[in-house]
Formats: sequence, structure tokens, C-alpha cells
Amino acid sequence: MPRQITIDPVTRIEGHAKITIQLDEAGNVDNVRFHVVEFRGFERFCEGRPFSEMPGITARICGICPVSHLLASAKACDRILSVDIPPAAEKLRRMMNLGQIIQSHALSFFHLSAPDFLLGWEQPPERRNLFGLAAAEPELARRGIRLRQFGQEVIETLGGRKIHPAWAVPGGVRTALTPAGREALKARLPEAKESALMALDRFKKVLSTHKQELQVFGNFPSLFVGLVAPNGTWEHYDGHLCVMDSVGNVICDHADPTQYGSIIGEAVETSSYLKSPYYKPLGYPGGMYRVGPLARLNIARQMGTPQADEELSRFKTLGRGAVNASFMYHYARLIEILACVERLEEMLDDPDLLGTRLRADAGVNSLEGVGVSEAPRGTLFHHYNVDEKGVIRRVNLIIATGQNNLAMNRTVAQIARHYLTGSTISEPMLNRIEAGIRAFDPCLSCSTHADGRIALRVALLDAKGQVLDVANRL
Amino acid sequence: MAAKTLTIDGQLVSAEEGQTVLDAARDAGIYIPTLCHLNGIQDIGACRLCLVEITGSPKLLPACVTKVQEGMEVQTSSDRLRRYRRMILELLLAERNHVCSVCVSNGHCELQTLAAEHGIDHVRFEYLSPRLEVDLSHRLFGMDHNRCILCTRCVRACWHVEGAGTKNVAGRGIQSRIISDLNQPWGQSETCTACGKCVAACPTGALFNRGATVAEMQRDRTRLEYIVTAREKSQWIV
Repeated sequence: MPRQITIDPVTRIEGHAKITIQLDEAGNVDNVRFHVVEFRGFERFCEGRPFSEMPGITARICGICPVSHLLASAKACDRILSVDIPPAAEKLRRMMNLGQIIQSHALSFFHLSAPDFLLGWEQPPERRNLFGLAAAEPELARRGIRLRQFGQEVIETLGGRKIHPAWAVPGGVRTALTPAGREALKARLPEAKESALMALDRFKKVLSTHKQELQVFGNFPSLFVGLVAPNGTWEHYDGHLCVMDSVGNVICDHADPTQYGSIIGEAVETSSYLKSPYYKPLGYPGGMYRVGPLARLNIARQMGTPQADEELSRFKTLGRGAVNASFMYHYARLIEILACVERLEEMLDDPDLLGTRLRADAGVNSLEGVGVSEAPRGTLFHHYNVDEKGVIRRVNLIIATGQNNLAMNRTVAQIARHYLTGSTISEPMLNRIEAGIRAFDPCLSCSTHADGRIALRVALLDAKGQVLDVANRL
Repeated sequence: MAAKTLTIDGQLVSAEEGQTVLDAARDAGIYIPTLCHLNGIQDIGACRLCLVEITGSPKLLPACVTKVQEGMEVQTSSDRLRRYRRMILELLLAERNHVCSVCVSNGHCELQTLAAEHGIDHVRFEYLSPRLEVDLSHRLFGMDHNRCILCTRCVRACWHVEGAGTKNVAGRGIQSRIISDLNQPWGQSETCTACGKCVAACPTGALFNRGATVAEMQRDRTRLEYIVTAREKSQWIV
């Protein structure tokens, strides 16, 4: 008999979602859907606002990665002003993004995901969390929390507050880095680096005992999309858009990120508020791609800092051309934390950082602006159209989690097919499905920003499953 | 000028004849919340936040336009007044779209400060959520009707301090809007001198410098009082 298994809510992710698993007559997995049940509406209600408010408004999309939205938005607004921002401002924005990546990755790894694979899938949920981790591995948990705090402090030192700093603005940034702030951050660098290295060592041990997860947790060919520096180095703030296939062939290189519309399309599924972006030349859903740490590390030829480069070469040996196992998102995340700490080490000595010329002043010089940067979860696109007065007329946001939507669906299906047999639903099986989603570190509050165009389909079924009535709302 | 003696909150206060209860209270260091009042600009008693109880009067009276009288007994704070003030603030918040977190005046807004002072952590009334325009047609300033509370400080500053008469109120009741000249885009106004006094007077984020970002609007409202004092009393007190 066909059955439907619902996991609602999915826990230890950022946002609200549910998963439905549809079984066929034989009790095998027929169809799996990851539904995002939140609705935000940013693309619509930003219309009519002055573009200068956009960094502040769109940062409110998320409390975990407000900085990512702040920066992508400020970059889109820079384009509307048609200015090059002062060098100090760009460096400070980069610095804040590094802090953002560290804190978000630390949250994902230590607080949300590590309890699964460090404590074990069979552990009861009340123990399989950060507190359980703190009891089992106090030093690692403590370092994880401190590492996230360090990332937050980078943000606070620059923007005055840890969450939602109103700091990056069209044309630059509002306040400078103080010498005292710089010294305080420098003092925390050694510990941060030690913690990143310790977590890397710990995770590599996990890899040797989690062969099955590597095979089953979203291990499939897909495209990878991310920004990369012109020389192939890992990039997080600027650079070109690169598309790589599942065996490491670059199929689209040096693409201008502001022309994203020519390579990325957005499909809408009625079952979710989350849109499904795809690589246009391969169509939908064939153009499924992944973004985020895994994609960035597949695409980057080097990280640009010594210890992260060593780790990257180890990482590259785990795949043929590209690493396809989504479980490796965790490894990639830790390597990125290390790279961010190393980059901060290098840049904190830069005398430009203390510059006071921070903001380029201009009016509306272009009626369109696209800002693209790498958020912790992947490439983030902000695209605005304004009228000649600077009033927002159209907003398009493509968020990392949305871009991973197709891959997350695929991941859930793969895990369900592997672990679900017969009609018994074990707790560890459900945990694995959730953990498969967690590998992507989805941020659902971020990604469901679309306006009211999403169709709502309500079907009325009788006891035998016959459709009595269907109502569609567009 | 004759002096008047009255009590405010039980405190014996001496005031000049013709002074308002609000001024007398402030001179005596007694706080009365206000919103449409701004030093240097004539009072109109519009916002009703400064309502006080006066012994012998069944009505509540606005302190900003009530003149002191000999032997007056004024209460500036009571459960009834707090209840009314809170309701006034909640109604203001419900009437238009006040979104503090992304407002140019966040942290420097009189409405926000008063709401916090009165313990407003939620609004009991249904939000009207009207669709209102932002006028960015002026080369220097912007007007966001979403944040406007119709205190008319801008209108009074424009007419009585600058003397330009650009700002006005159109419509009635809930349909009222601050307009420029004969309701044309601000940038097309023939009378606006671009002096910015209206922007300095605004208590919320309704009037702002173009390009201002979240929490960036900080205003020096004492400049208006400085100009008025200089003109009327020939005293240049910075």
C-alpha cells in the first residue's frame, strides 16, 4: 500500500522545512521532496524603497549570514552608483566576509552537524546536540564555540555589532578599523588557527570510519558553480563565475558574474517556496549544480595560503577531477575556515586597513546593479533595477541554498533509498536523512525571498486517494 | 511679567505668565513626553502625548498649549495618562509602516525612543500596512510617507522658520499626507529653498538626506531653536 512518511520539522538547520517520502505499492521509495515551508517576500516588498536602504533591508533576510547579504547588496548598489570603492573599503569588506565565513562555518560544523558523526547516529536526539558534544569532547566543543565567537568578533570590530551591522553601504563602508581593534583580533588568531587545525584532524578520523556516508550522503555527479580569482585561486568577494562538471572539466570559465542571467535559470516547484536554479545550457532539471564550500574547493586550483593549500591538495585526492560526495562539504568547510584565518593573518598587517577614505560618493548613474559574492553557503546574487531617482523597481535574489535545492532533493532520495527498507522507520534512518540535508548547511530563511508568484496547489482527496477537487492559486 | 505659582506632580513651581505647562515643567526638571513639540517652533497640540491632568478639569489637557495659571495643580503621570500615551504611540505605529530595524533613523528616532520608554514591545491594534510612496525627486532630500506621523513639524519649520511655505498637509483624517506646494513631486517644487529645516525637524525617518542608509540619519534639532532665538531675541546662543 502506498504510504507517505513525513519528517516535520527538520531540525538543526537554519529555518523550517519538511520532507515527504512517497512509497510505491511495493513499499519502495517512489519520490522524495524537501519542502521549504517558509515564505519571506523580500523581492516584492523591497520594491519602492530607496536603493540606499537595500544593504540594510536585505541583511535582515538572515541572522546567520547577514554580512553576506550586506556585501552582495552593497556591491549591487556600487554598480548603481557606478563607482570603484576606495581600496581600504574593499579590503575591510573582504575582512568582514572572512569573519562571516568563519563564524557561519563554525556554527554549521560544531553546533549543527558534528554531533551527528562525532557522537554517532544511534545516539538519542536529546544527547546528539552541542551539549552532548560538550560532554563527550569538551575541548573540541569549547574550541568550536570560541572559533565562531572569533568570526563574530571580526564582524563586530568592523561593524560595531555581531549581527546586522549597518556598515557596508553603497560606495564603501561607514567606519574604519581602529588600531586597537586590529590588535585585539591579531591576538586571537593563533587560537583560531589551532582550533581549525584540530577540527580538521578530528574530521579526517571521521572520514576513515564513515565510508558508507561518503557513498550515500548525496554522492552523485552534478555541476559546481562558484567565484574564482582570475589565476584560479579561491575567492570569496569578487572574481569570475566558473562552472565545473562532475569530473573536473571547466565548462564555463571567466564568466562575468553580473551576466549570471545568461547561465543561470530559476525554476519554480509547486511543492516548495524554494526556487530551483539550474545551469541554463543544460536545462531543467539536468542543469543541477551545487554551490558552497564543496563547489568552491572543487573549482579553486589553490587556496592562496600555505596550510590551507596543503589541505586542499589532500582534499583534491578524494575525488576524480571533482569531489562529488556531499558529506565532504564538512571537510571543505573546515579547510575554508583555515584559509580565512590564514588570510586574516596576512591582511591584518596591511597598512591600508586603517585608511579613513572609505566611501565613494555618487548619485544614480546606472539603472541596474548586480552584486555577487560568496556567502558561506555559496554564490549569492543580488540584482536590482531602479528608476532614475533611485527607487527600487525590481529585485532578484539568488541565494546559495536555493541553488543547492535540486541537489538536496537528490541527496534525500539517495539516503532514503539506501536506508529505508520495508515499512519500518528507524530513528537513525530519519537522522541520516536530516544529516544529509545538514551537510549542505541550508539556510531556508535566506532562500525563500521570492514574491507572490509561487503557485499554491490544494488537492482534495477521498479515502481511496481519488481526486475530488483541485484549486490552483497563482 | 507676573509670576505664577503652581504645583506640578506635587512640586511647587514658579513660572512666568504666558508660559506653557510644558515649559514650566521642563524648567523645573519635570519630564513630559512630547512628539509634535519642537523647541523654536510654535506648538499646535497635535500629537496629544503631552496630555496632563489638571485638578478641576474633567478633560485631559495638552501641556504644550496650556498656559500656566495661578494655583494650578498639574499631574504629569498617572495610570490613565500612561495608558493613553501608550495607546497613542501604538496607533501611530499601526497606522503606517514603521520598520525600525531598516529605517534611516533607527536609534535616533523620537517615536522609537518614546515607544521604548512606554514599554511597547508589541502593538495591540491591527496594522493598516498602507501602500505609500517614497518621494526621491528632490536632489538633496527624500520623503518616506511610510514613516510619517503627521506631526507637521516640517510644515511649521518650513512656514514659520524658513518662511518658504513649501510643505503642507493635504487630505483629511487618515488620508492626510504631507505634500510639497500643490502636491507635486518635491523636486519640482518652485518654492523649496532646499534649506533642510524640515529634515532637521522630522522626529522619525520620514524626511531624510538622500543616500542615507540604515540608522544614519542623526539630526541637530537645536539649530532651529538657534535660528528662531537669533531672529526674535537677537541672541546668538550656540
